[in-house]
Amino acid sequence: MVIKRREFLQVGSLATASLMLPKFLKAFEKPMMVPPGNKVVVVIQLSGGNDGLNTVIPVRNDIYYKERPKLGIEKDKALLITDEIGLNPALAGFKELFDDGSLAIMNSVGYPNPDRSHFRSMDIWQSASASNDYVYTGWLGRYLDAQCKGCDRPTQAMEMDDVLSMALKGEESKGLAFKDPKRLFNSATGKYFKDLGNNHQHGEETIDYLYKTMSETLSSAEYIYQQSKAHPSSETYPGTELGKDLKTIASLIFSDINTKVYYVSLGSFDTHVAQDGQQKRLFTELSDAVKAFTSDLKKNNRFQDVMIMSFSEFGRRVSQNASGGTDHGTANNMFFVSGGLKEKGVLNAMPDLSDLTEGDLKHKVDFKSVYATVLNKWLGANDKAILGKQYEYLNFI
Amino acid sequence: MAVSNRLKNQHLLWRSAFGPMAENAADLDNISQKKLWELLLKTSAKRPDKLEVAQNLVDGLMKGIKDVVDLQKKELTADQKKQMQQQSREDLKTLNIRWLEEMINSEAQLREKMSLFWHGHFATRVINSYFQQELLQIIRENALGNFKDLLKEVSRSPSMIQFLNNQQNKKQHPNENFAREVMELFTLGRGNYTENDIKEAARAFTGWGFNLQGEFVFRKGQHDDGRKTVLGKSGNFDGDDIINILLEQKQTARFITKKIYKYFVNDTVDDAKVEWLSDRFYKNDYDIKKLLEDIYLSDWFYDEKNIGSRIKSPIELLAGIRRFLPMEMQNDQAQLLFQRTLGQILFYPPNVAGWPGGKNWIDSSSLMLRLRIPQIITANEAIDIRPKSDDDTNMGQMMDANLKKMQDTVKGGTATIEWSAVNKIFEKIPRENLLQKISATVLQTKSQVSTTVLDKYLNNESRENYIKSAVVNLMSTPEYQLC
Repeated sequence: MVIKRREFLQVGSLATASLMLPKFLKAFEKPMMVPPGNKVVVVIQLSGGNDGLNTVIPVRNDIYYKERPKLGIEKDKALLITDEIGLNPALAGFKELFDDGSLAIMNSVGYPNPDRSHFRSMDIWQSASASNDYVYTGWLGRYLDAQCKGCDRPTQAMEMDDVLSMALKGEESKGLAFKDPKRLFNSATGKYFKDLGNNHQHGEETIDYLYKTMSETLSSAEYIYQQSKAHPSSETYPGTELGKDLKTIASLIFSDINTKVYYVSLGSFDTHVAQDGQQKRLFTELSDAVKAFTSDLKKNNRFQDVMIMSFSEFGRRVSQNASGGTDHGTANNMFFVSGGLKEKGVLNAMPDLSDLTEGDLKHKVDFKSVYATVLNKWLGANDKAILGKQYEYLNFI
Repeated sequence: MAVSNRLKNQHLLWRSAFGPMAENAADLDNISQKKLWELLLKTSAKRPDKLEVAQNLVDGLMKGIKDVVDLQKKELTADQKKQMQQQSREDLKTLNIRWLEEMINSEAQLREKMSLFWHGHFATRVINSYFQQELLQIIRENALGNFKDLLKEVSRSPSMIQFLNNQQNKKQHPNENFAREVMELFTLGRGNYTENDIKEAARAFTGWGFNLQGEFVFRKGQHDDGRKTVLGKSGNFDGDDIINILLEQKQTARFITKKIYKYFVNDTVDDAKVEWLSDRFYKNDYDIKKLLEDIYLSDWFYDEKNIGSRIKSPIELLAGIRRFLPMEMQNDQAQLLFQRTLGQILFYPPNVAGWPGGKNWIDSSSLMLRLRIPQIITANEAIDIRPKSDDDTNMGQMMDANLKKMQDTVKGGTATIEWSAVNKIFEKIPRENLLQKISATVLQTKSQVSTTVLDKYLNNESRENYIKSAVVNLMSTPEYQLC
């Protein structure tokens, strides 16, 4: 007997009964007004290894054009920000931000003994570990751990995705991942699950942990959904994925939610073949979405308090390959965008193309120094405890 | 609460295998654990058939090329390479699904479960489907055998050699990757060797490589045959010597035993028990089966604190549901999407250290999906999940390329379930005891799901519907995440 069924368990149905909160969630019942000046960081992960040399272009460097006879972007096509440096033509929004004094560029960011596997290198960036260490918590997850020992507010860090990245997984606390507040709300509003949560008797540590995670998710889903509707952004964003994500983030930033960290990914930048078209398409999406986002923040007087930070797991080799693309490399640049930067423009020297390691750029700034700076100076957290070591602070914030 | 005989048997089946199956769940009240263990051994005694998935393209290309050096000389065109990678990815999907089917349907439950453990212990991520297929076979053949043989064969497998860069480990330029991980992750564990031990051991492994037929080769010209000192011993060692030195260390038995204890008994280690077990493991010359027997035939394995305390891995969860609910899956994509979204794709471990397990499996998104999966599968509910792309041309694109297709097909329904087998488990149970019995069969935890809550959601139209709704509801709980 084979039965096809579509019954039992109204998991997806919207619950109308008021939400009964377990004790440990009482925090949500109180209004959580976010003080003005609440600093927020929005991490944009450029997945796949973005080609940094065609992002921030050394337009007067002969080696660059020699190594990239086909892929090199000519000076008159680049968006010049200094005599020597141009941005990729598809980054018009960032050029405006540069002129506006709200963009900072850090060159040659990387780590010792670089790994050229996407997965491994992304792990290293997300966990902030050494390249021969295997760590399963992320730097932002450990920030949650440090910030929030014992308190239960998974909304402090949120990722716009259906799967939570390791970056936001701490030992005890974890960020919350969702693509769309409404869909999160719909998928996490089983009356059954709420009933289960309300009737759970305290038991062993692991089962309590599962119940706690479930109940937090259910109430956070409702809370996030309400907050996202409270002060919806009225700005027009491009209809791209990133545009939608940043619009959601903006709406939440304008609300009373306590979120300090937003995380969003864009890709794939893995341009082994036909790089020009692929990078142009992605940069256009990035530039247009960030432009709408920053303009939205400015209008709502929040640009001082929000910082966008972009990174990629590695840069690409200096020489182009034979397929109109570039292969996996090492050090790369990072962008910081905010109305509250202390140092602006190009923060350090362009990469030295005459001093390479087997055709790859040498890193000059450890990315963990960037994290330390963001954690300490922007988020006011104990970076040493989170990163396990004291890294040198940088001055851009 | 006294631990019932049924609960003990289910405990043994959840830990040493992939949980009770519909067809035998009714018989678990009276059989002894010793008898059940003997049955598990007997059904896993046979040497496993190889799961062959590598398609002609990969196979043929590989056999046509004498050596990896030729490949590097670009005898393959870019197109050929691309084709080969795509084919390999497809093959790996097939291997994934076929192995998962074995975990669910094979009678060699003990062997497949132990293989899953070793698959995480000897974790490799390489694109070559032929290499992966061969490594899996090494693991499945030796899963219950001798750890020494297993370690030696894995160390010589092209999959491991490629993943840990031993192909590039040459006398002039030693590459320490394999030497480091074999000590840190496969045998001794951190803190039991020095950086110098790694350097010296790396020299001993120089020249260990493979050709493209997927065969181990020793390249004498690249081997450093000078004198090395590793863990206090000196000699003109080669790779085999180093592995033997590592196996002579009692710490290796301790490290492996502790990992097995944490995986199969309890994440909280009882040092005295691990010491006792590892002593015997060492004395028994690394006989894996005897170590497992020491565990599964002990009284303490069935202590209340060890039952229902482990968070099932995504593979254990999916296999467990499918063993209890006999079903035909209409598409493989759904299974891959579940693996991807829950964080455990077979053949794609996060790194050489394998899957961390435990609470690491659980976050808001993964838990909510876990809770919804029984409903999604049994009611053919649409799922709307869009995990971000992996952005890894070498490995991760298996998921990317088919993501769109995957979502479309998953929406089209996933499974048909043969409920009669499930009904049969409970056919002799009177109505008033039914819910209690179903709960005791589906769940392992001390924490029980409130019957008041369940009563509100169960379907009373018929006995059959009642059983179905009880099973699905009980599987959709935090309790069911534990075994």
